Amino acid sequence: MTNQQSSTPLLEVDDGRHPHGYLSSVTRHLTSWRTAGIFIPFLTLFVVLSIASQPFLHTTNLLNILDQQASTLVIAAAGTLVLVSGGIDLSVGATYGLASVIAGQMAETHSPWVAIGVGLIVGLGIGLINGLIVAIFKINALVTTLAMSFVISGVATKVTSGNLIVLTSRAGFARFSNSTFLGVQSAVWWMVIVVVILALLLSRTTYGRYIVASGGNAEAARLAGVRVNMVRIGAYVLSGGAAGLAGIIDTSRVLSAEASAGGSALAFTVLAGIVVGGTSISGGEGSVWRTTIGVLFIALIGNGFDLLGIDPLYQQIVLGVILLIAVGLDVWARQRGR
Amino acid sequence: MSTPTPHQTASKKEPLVEVLNVSKRFGGVPSLTGVSLTVFSGSVHSLVGENGAGKSTLGKLISGVLTPDEGEIRIDGRTVAMRSPRDALSHGVVTIAQELAIVPGLSAAENVFLGVEPRRGWAIRRGALRAKYLELAERLNFQIAPDALAGSLSTAGQQQVEIMRALARQARLVIMDEPTAALSGAEVIALHGIIRSLAAEGKSVLLISHFLSEVLDLSDTITTLRDGRLVRTIPASEATENSLIEGMLGRSLDAAFPEKNPRSPRGRVVLSIKNLVAPKVSGVSFDLHEGEILGLAGLVGAGRSELARAIYQDARNQSGDVDMGGESLTSRSPTTPLRRGLALIPESRKEMGLFLGRSLKENVSISSLASISRYGWISPSAERREVSRLMARVAVKGAHPSMPASSLSGGNQQKLLFARTMMCAPRVLLADEPTRGVDVGSKRAIYDILVEFANSGMGVVVISSELEEVLGLAHRVLVMRSGTVVRELTDEDMNQKMILEAAFAGTLTNGVAK
Repeated sequence: MTNQQSSTPLLEVDDGRHPHGYLSSVTRHLTSWRTAGIFIPFLTLFVVLSIASQPFLHTTNLLNILDQQASTLVIAAAGTLVLVSGGIDLSVGATYGLASVIAGQMAETHSPWVAIGVGLIVGLGIGLINGLIVAIFKINALVTTLAMSFVISGVATKVTSGNLIVLTSRAGFARFSNSTFLGVQSAVWWMVIVVVILALLLSRTTYGRYIVASGGNAEAARLAGVRVNMVRIGAYVLSGGAAGLAGIIDTSRVLSAEASAGGSALAFTVLAGIVVGGTSISGGEGSVWRTTIGVLFIALIGNGFDLLGIDPLYQQIVLGVILLIAVGLDVWARQRGR
Repeated sequence: MSTPTPHQTASKKEPLVEVLNVSKRFGGVPSLTGVSLTVFSGSVHSLVGENGAGKSTLGKLISGVLTPDEGEIRIDGRTVAMRSPRDALSHGVVTIAQELAIVPGLSAAENVFLGVEPRRGWAIRRGALRAKYLELAERLNFQIAPDALAGSLSTAGQQQVEIMRALARQARLVIMDEPTAALSGAEVIALHGIIRSLAAEGKSVLLISHFLSEVLDLSDTITTLRDGRLVRTIPASEATENSLIEGMLGRSLDAAFPEKNPRSPRGRVVLSIKNLVAPKVSGVSFDLHEGEILGLAGLVGAGRSELARAIYQDARNQSGDVDMGGESLTSRSPTTPLRRGLALIPESRKEMGLFLGRSLKENVSISSLASISRYGWISPSAERREVSRLMARVAVKGAHPSMPASSLSGGNQQKLLFARTMMCAPRVLLADEPTRGVDVGSKRAIYDILVEFANSGMGVVVISSELEEVLGLAHRVLVMRSGTVVRELTDEDMNQKMILEAAFAGTLTNGVAK
């Protein structure tokens, strides 16, 4: 090994005498801006709403927001993995709908655990199909999952013949989402469990590393020995499973299910939350906990508009503008990072 | 800054493009240093040199794809600042690149007049378009129907479409980068005719080519480049194949290389390739021994990288036997070869090697996460310790493991890939262009790592377009041409002349009717 002194100006950054040189401070700034980019607006909005609206800071209101967002957060956490792996899953809304109605129908005739199990299997199975089509047949992920969402919605409508399923006398199934533990609904607890598991999966495990590598540079990942296809299929399976679980959570929460629930509106809300959370739309960069903040940020905007009595029309406009800013920042960061 | 060159009066032709003392660096690595040349109107001017000598860079500077760091470019005696190919076009300079830039879904005529269509208001005048196309095609004696879909044409046909497009834009200088590399014999002869007729029309052609006989046959003037510097510019009538090769080489081996064991080690065979066939690889067999550095030389496109990818089980269709220590590799992805102890450092670190936006740590550990994790759970402290240790070993000093890879210089990025390789502890390493775009200091460090690998008993295959590098490192050299190994060189046979002769043989007479 050589002990030669680096002499060219190029090597300045790793010269040892400047461990915190110009480049490293720029890059530290770059890695932190994604966090700051969502965290600061979120806190600001939180403080503003606390001041502007009396009922906002009430525990009931805050827990209500979490309860309502539980299913969205579960889907968005898994959707983050798909996006980071370099894909996209637009079928989550439809999967949510299909799992809802199937779990609802099963709950009418079977035990709650069978209903939950079947709902989950439906979600995981759809995820597997998505993954196989995208990874093995190399069909564009956006098109695949969009097409799949039509198919799944069609199946869901077929299953229910277009009817609303109402579960009035199914107390066992209702307990899945409506029990309380430490004063918090179980739907929220399920969400917390899923989010924590997926956040750790992405940031602390070898599989998480492989997801990031596959989305960051698929060719390099493959040559470095990563089974990129398997990694991506896994992400879609998790995404489908999460959408299924979300459908079950909501069916149990409101004790009714409908094929048209979820749909593209849910898929886009999830995507908006992930992107506002600073996860790169082109893969290779993202975090589950930032997605959580992103989804909650959007939820707070909705809640604030309701509490302050502003026309919901403006809510959409505001959300659209925020999304554009989030994507713009991502592009800017990528160009800087190169 | 500029020093006007004396006008050459050997020809009555006017200077069209003058390049004065231009330099260009990429990430601090000089690609061209102080090169000057003059292209006269109505002449064919060729650029020759080894891979990486700066021929294409010079072509790109003249065509506005790149801007020079120093020096200036004059057209018609006036200094021009070209920032894009569009600027160059407005001065009459058009490039026909190695990768042709046609729109496959449009017809030949539409491609030729793309962006300069005869129009009335917003509407394209189809009749006029067709008439202008036929007029141009007749002038050049091209046979392509105006309605032929450009995507359905042969490579030669597409090239003709590009040539017509250049002329439709009133090009005065056509830069051709390896125009005959992808053509068949008859097509080459046809293209040669076209190049001559362009010159006869008063257009200039700047020809970049590996094929020396073609260069000698077509050119009025030949410029030889070596390591980004001008060796000489001479009339083609005064040049011979031998004098050109001399000019392209011409440098002695300096002390840039570590000591190597002079004798080729003939220990245990660690990698045995038998009759390997893959895209661009047609039947390669060789053995690699413990502690041996095997050089793989040849021209760009000879199939060296493709061979490495095939050995690494990463080619689309492949047959033949890759045997490591008595076990045959038959997987369909690089995961298994890596586990068996075969590592690859790919030719392009940015596209195929690194995760630029991710940390040094993640870049180094990606191939050996199993060794720093338990039940899939990565131990952050073990990772930091291991990565810091390896970065010190490959002499990336002072860089923090959580800095992004993009913040390192090219040389240190390359060392990162070596650190990744060390972490896998392979028995065989395939290093494809290990020092491309790397500064001199890092080059030496990388050579040291390669030699250390070999001394520790690894078998190393070094693919390089730099002959000195192959000769300075390797115990034995295989020369590839058109997908096969055409020559094995050992001991005193290992010299630049022998390698170049083997690499160029056959291509020297590419398609030229003698």
